[in-house]
Amino acid sequence: MAKKRTIRSIPQGRTPMVERPAAERARDFAEVTCGYTLDEAVRESERCLFCPDEPCVRGCPVGIDIPGFIRQIGEGDVRGAYDVLTGTTLLPAICGRVCPQETQCEGVCTVGQSLEPVAIGRLERFVGDRAIAEGWSSRPDIEPCAFTVAIVGSGPAGMACAADLAKAGCAVTVFEAFQQPGGVLRYGIPDFRLPNEVVDAEIAKLTRLGITFRCNTVIGRLFTLDQLVGEMGFDAVFIGVGAGAPTFADIPGESLNGVISANELLTRCNLMRAREFPERDTPLGVGRRVAVIGAGNTAMDAMRVCLRLGAEEVLCVYRRSRDEAPARAEELHHAEQEGITFHWLTDPVEILDDGKRGVRGLRCQRMELGEPDASGRRRPVPVPGSEIELECDTVVFAIGTNANPILGQTAKLRLDKRGYIEVDEELATSMQGVFAGGDIVTGAATVIEAMGAGRRAAAAMKRYLGLADPDVPYAPAGDAGLFGFAADQRDHARVRVA
Amino acid sequence: MSVADVAYDIVGREDFSDVTYLLEIREPDLARAARPGQFVIVMSHPEGERVPLTIADFDRDRGTITLVIQAMGKTTREMQAGLRPGSSLYALVGPLGRPSEIGTAKTVVCVGGGLGVAPIYPQARALKERGAYVIGVIGFRNKTLVFWEDKFRAVCDEFIICSDDGSVGIKGLVTDGIKQATAAHPDIDELIAIGPPIMMRGCAEVTRALGIHTVVSLNPIMVDGTGMCGGCRVKVGGRTRFACVDGPEFDAHQVDFDDLMFRLARFKPEEKIALERWQQGCRIESAPSVP
Repeated sequence: MAKKRTIRSIPQGRTPMVERPAAERARDFAEVTCGYTLDEAVRESERCLFCPDEPCVRGCPVGIDIPGFIRQIGEGDVRGAYDVLTGTTLLPAICGRVCPQETQCEGVCTVGQSLEPVAIGRLERFVGDRAIAEGWSSRPDIEPCAFTVAIVGSGPAGMACAADLAKAGCAVTVFEAFQQPGGVLRYGIPDFRLPNEVVDAEIAKLTRLGITFRCNTVIGRLFTLDQLVGEMGFDAVFIGVGAGAPTFADIPGESLNGVISANELLTRCNLMRAREFPERDTPLGVGRRVAVIGAGNTAMDAMRVCLRLGAEEVLCVYRRSRDEAPARAEELHHAEQEGITFHWLTDPVEILDDGKRGVRGLRCQRMELGEPDASGRRRPVPVPGSEIELECDTVVFAIGTNANPILGQTAKLRLDKRGYIEVDEELATSMQGVFAGGDIVTGAATVIEAMGAGRRAAAAMKRYLGLADPDVPYAPAGDAGLFGFAADQRDHARVRVA
Repeated sequence: MSVADVAYDIVGREDFSDVTYLLEIREPDLARAARPGQFVIVMSHPEGERVPLTIADFDRDRGTITLVIQAMGKTTREMQAGLRPGSSLYALVGPLGRPSEIGTAKTVVCVGGGLGVAPIYPQARALKERGAYVIGVIGFRNKTLVFWEDKFRAVCDEFIICSDDGSVGIKGLVTDGIKQATAAHPDIDELIAIGPPIMMRGCAEVTRALGIHTVVSLNPIMVDGTGMCGGCRVKVGGRTRFACVDGPEFDAHQVDFDDLMFRLARFKPEEKIALERWQQGCRIESAPSVP
């Protein structure tokens, strides 16, 4: 590299990413942001200082070598950047789009202390998209081993875990309940934010690693966990089924027609393509004035989906203020641009019946912020005598999820008191050989956190199976133990035969 | 995409009437896992909707499950028109829901109304195999709609058939059959009823007065069938429950049937559009071409 970059010498502003105008995009399902061109990516890469302490790497839940891939972009070597990225993450086209970068890598970027941080997410997406367009895949030389592994759930946690274990030579089968794989990436995140073709491309990459996807298969129903590790002979199992069960607020009127969960809305729209009804058979039933309760990413997705389905007005009803909204900054910004009406500090107390068991409105209570609560956010408290009525014909609940009960009903898995699966520091559950990670362990979180959990579980499963971790250089242990088995291996009975 | 292909081949079909038909589908893993009271979700083609259907029978030796379907809306009529032995379903997922508790009751009434005769059958059989005294009460609108009478009779110690018009068995509703059974047997421990919601509500009213524990199987609108969408929420004992993972069977005396019926009507306008459009398409396709 020529001259050392300083905060003064780099391009001061972040390279903008072309966005389709709000008025145009808010009525269709094509992607909102257009991605960088090579020139734009190279220019943005020049904003990285390659600072020695690399806070961005520590800010990334999976520890991507961010300066490493940015350096390759700067040299015009996009393929090289892809190889650096895929050393750590599998799904750059997805994570570049859906990670909350502002609270992760970009949130701690050194440049960000004085200027706008380097647009790491956009650069990652640029590389991921180029890889899909060019058909690159980084298929490593896989040395097969004798182990078979089952992955329950084909969402981000399962995908990441499957990939790492496939690379280690395991024969991996991923079980998915729906008719198509991808989990929340398929049924949850809408096309305008994450096109289905991107999910298809990333799944195709996994199948090229030798991973088998078996759809229409509910573990806990078609096969129990005991069957997987017993008669079906899987040497290890990873559970990444997500949190799943939608929460309602337990207020009057919730069973009225026109009241649905964001999960249902998004699944009908994204997976079942209800937006193409009656070309497709699945109906949707979203009205003209929609109130979405909640202000997380799922709520933003639900609101923007409703706009695109032709709703005249979409309201966001959230009991805290904008500052506490859990959505990714870019999603909130896009929702505002597209004309969502926000009712901050507004808590729904009753859904009003139109007399025909449909919805005519939402009665709400105004709130103000009090003392910080357990989450560190200021607790909303009701303002006496401040009830308002919002007119709407559809109410969508996007206030989080609970643990899905199916596995707990059908296996002797230890659960915590809220129904999530208990794991130890190795992500091992109470069942021998069964690991778990992602939302079914932590409660609702992000795609990248689920991927991180999937990768951590894969590493633990490799240790459990006695597979060498290719990422760790070989070093003879001080006490190799009897017959070369390290004493800290979890299962002394297993012998690696391949 | 190299996603593992599991075939869901139709291996048998029987037409009970103009509107009711049976499909036997080969899926050995599902046949093995299925228990009485559970259901499946089918998609007949990739553009189709996910339709929940209660499992009517399963044969572990043949590796098949049986569904009995009533051609009512677009999808079930399209399946009736198109599915034959040799064709296959695009997707079949299950068994879903919690299996029935076959329990320890000594004298049990199994009530099936119309299409509900099919899913109550495996329960009657399981109860009989367990040694319970099984009283079967089945009802149809008229004689032409009757199916599985002999099959059902074979697993019952007593059998009562009713029809709305009296063309077969006693003239009246299944609730009349239930009253006949309860009058003869004061020792009935349990009643299980599957059929249209209005019928199940009627059964619940009869047994409530007599203090007989009563179980019904609910089939609300749902998408995934795995607890994820919340579309199938029902009110049971004042609490919101998800029929797909908490049910589909619930204590009939706790179920809010009015709520269930209103929620079942949720997509009435869309169902009408889909059906009319499909019927129009059929006419166009079958119309002779104009020379």
